[in-house]
Amino acid sequence: MPTLIFIAPDGTRTEVDADGAASVMEAAVSNGIDGIVAECGGSCSCATCHVYVDEAFFGRLPARGEMEDELLDGTACARGPTSRLSCQIAIDDAPDGLVLRLPEAQT
Amino acid sequence: MSTLPSDARVVILGAGHGGAQLAVDLRAKGHAGEILLLSAEDAPPYQRPPLSKAYLSGAADAPPPLLRALPAYEKAGVSLRLGVRATAIDRRARRVETATGERLAYDRLVLATGARAAPAPFVPADLATPAAGLFTLRSLADARALIPALAAARRLAIAGGGLIGLEIAAHAAAAGIATTLVEAGPRLMARSVSPAVSDFFLARHRAAGVAVRLDARIEAVERADGRIAAVRLGDGETIACDLLVSAIGAQPRTELAEAAGLGLDRWAGGVAVDAKLATEDPAIHALGDCAAFPSPWAPDQMRVRLESVQNAVDQARFLAAGLATHSSGAQDAPAAYDALPWFWSDQGADKLQIAGLSLGVDRWVARGDPGSGRFSLLGFAGESLACVEAVNRPRDFMDARKLLAAGESPPAAALADPEVRLAA
Ligand SMILES: Cc1cc2nc3c(=O)[nH]c(=O)nc-3n(C[C@H](O)[C@H](O)[C@H](O)COP(=O)(O)OP(=O)(O)OC[C@H]3O[C@@H](n4cnc5c(N)ncnc54)[C@H](O)[C@@H]3O)c2cc1C
Ligand code: FES
Repeated sequence: MPTLIFIAPDGTRTEVDADGAASVMEAAVSNGIDGIVAECGGSCSCATCHVYVDEAFFGRLPARGEMEDELLDGTACARGPTSRLSCQIAIDDAPDGLVLRLPEAQT
Repeated sequence: MSTLPSDARVVILGAGHGGAQLAVDLRAKGHAGEILLLSAEDAPPYQRPPLSKAYLSGAADAPPPLLRALPAYEKAGVSLRLGVRATAIDRRARRVETATGERLAYDRLVLATGARAAPAPFVPADLATPAAGLFTLRSLADARALIPALAAARRLAIAGGGLIGLEIAAHAAAAGIATTLVEAGPRLMARSVSPAVSDFFLARHRAAGVAVRLDARIEAVERADGRIAAVRLGDGETIACDLLVSAIGAQPRTELAEAAGLGLDRWAGGVAVDAKLATEDPAIHALGDCAAFPSPWAPDQMRVRLESVQNAVDQARFLAAGLATHSSGAQDAPAAYDALPWFWSDQGADKLQIAGLSLGVDRWVARGDPGSGRFSLLGFAGESLACVEAVNRPRDFMDARKLLAAGESPPAAALADPEVRLAA
């Protein structure tokens, strides 16, 4: 199981073990990462699980789906080139040591 | 809200989407007193929507997707007590009684008890159990009973063409179960969506193999060997089934409030609260599925009761801010609950997202072609945008939320051309 690294807006790094989680969002929630709200529970409907994927890793993830891409236009913090909805990144596709930056706000 | 001392004890009944959010948020916003969160369920607070969606496709013993990691409650200093059902409220003594006879004192009480499945009037009491083939879907326990039953079923009957019935139908049809859905009204999801969206989903579900019967009412069930063997419609037709899921609506859990003499809203059905979510007793609040509140998004600020995650969570955030303000002395709590309602439903491969309320809508404008599988309906009340229903168009949904929250209407160019964004 991969390890994920979340970086909060204030720079705090939290390493989590993605054991048992199906998505990056689930790994964040089950490890108490505060910056992920995930209001729709992973249904790709709310855009409150927004993350900025570290540039070094972005290209190693499968491309965004169309629904995800549209929802990213409505995130609370403006999307960037490496923005993803963390509920749409399957743990099976997450490289070990994946670095994810959290936005200032999700709602 | 009258002033709440910082050491006040807040007791929350129900640890669903609303109750759990309130407990954690109350602490985050500075409340210093005790926070007691009671749940009648044994499972740690979990996500309810997946129960009629992805969770149905997994194993019956799969862990439910949790709202938060369990240690988060401890970290927030919330006493979460699972498997504890409140059975009475003593308003004079400010005490809650539990099923095991415990008496718990409160300074503020919050009812976040949600809703239960409406009982199926067409099933006699002795057949109204999963063992006899009747299922409802509101809780994790319900889902865990339904999953193995569905796995063994060849023919499924569903009563009710609302959101939950349809989500289950989509799942069952995809799993190869012969599925008949019986809806008493002339169209699907009539309470929730415009006729055009009903029509779209009717065609989609039929194409996926669900036998949808509109204007048809289940009057009775037929039994064989102590189990439900068929449903009988009003015109006498019978439809054989191995199991029956009743999804004919939810009823707010208001019995504790009623027994304590708190008023309900006659039209909406929930515990009546004001714009600050207080009941007629200033020490008792209610939120989420069980509460009827005045909504600025409804005509004449009428009281509505909404069944959505957004409503439960946003009301919890609002109430946490209000209660914590009093205990921490801060002055910045909003005066009235006014969050924009929004909702989603996943039915098979199709995503429906709704922003706003359609109660006052007198005109629907289509955006995009339903035949393409991607379209939105914009609902106007007079000249103002009141509601947007987006089918497989999440960008419209997100844009609509921005527009509605800002009280704006879409630009004329966007009304004429579905490729033009609704909001910049
Ligand atoms: C199958 C299903 C699918 C859904 N899908 C969607 C969806 O896609 N999108 C969406 O927005 N919404 C959806 N909803 C609705 C959404 O889940 C609810 O609106 C939301 O859960 C309401 O939150 P709540 O806190 O008011 O109540 P709930 O989450 O229902 O929680 C209430 C809790 O209170 C407990 N309780 C009740 N009485 C007592 C008592 N006396 N003592 C102690 N505890 C008590 C209950 O056991 C329950 O755990 C769905 C609901 C269901 C059932
Ligand atoms: S959790 Fe809602 S979009 Fe990811």
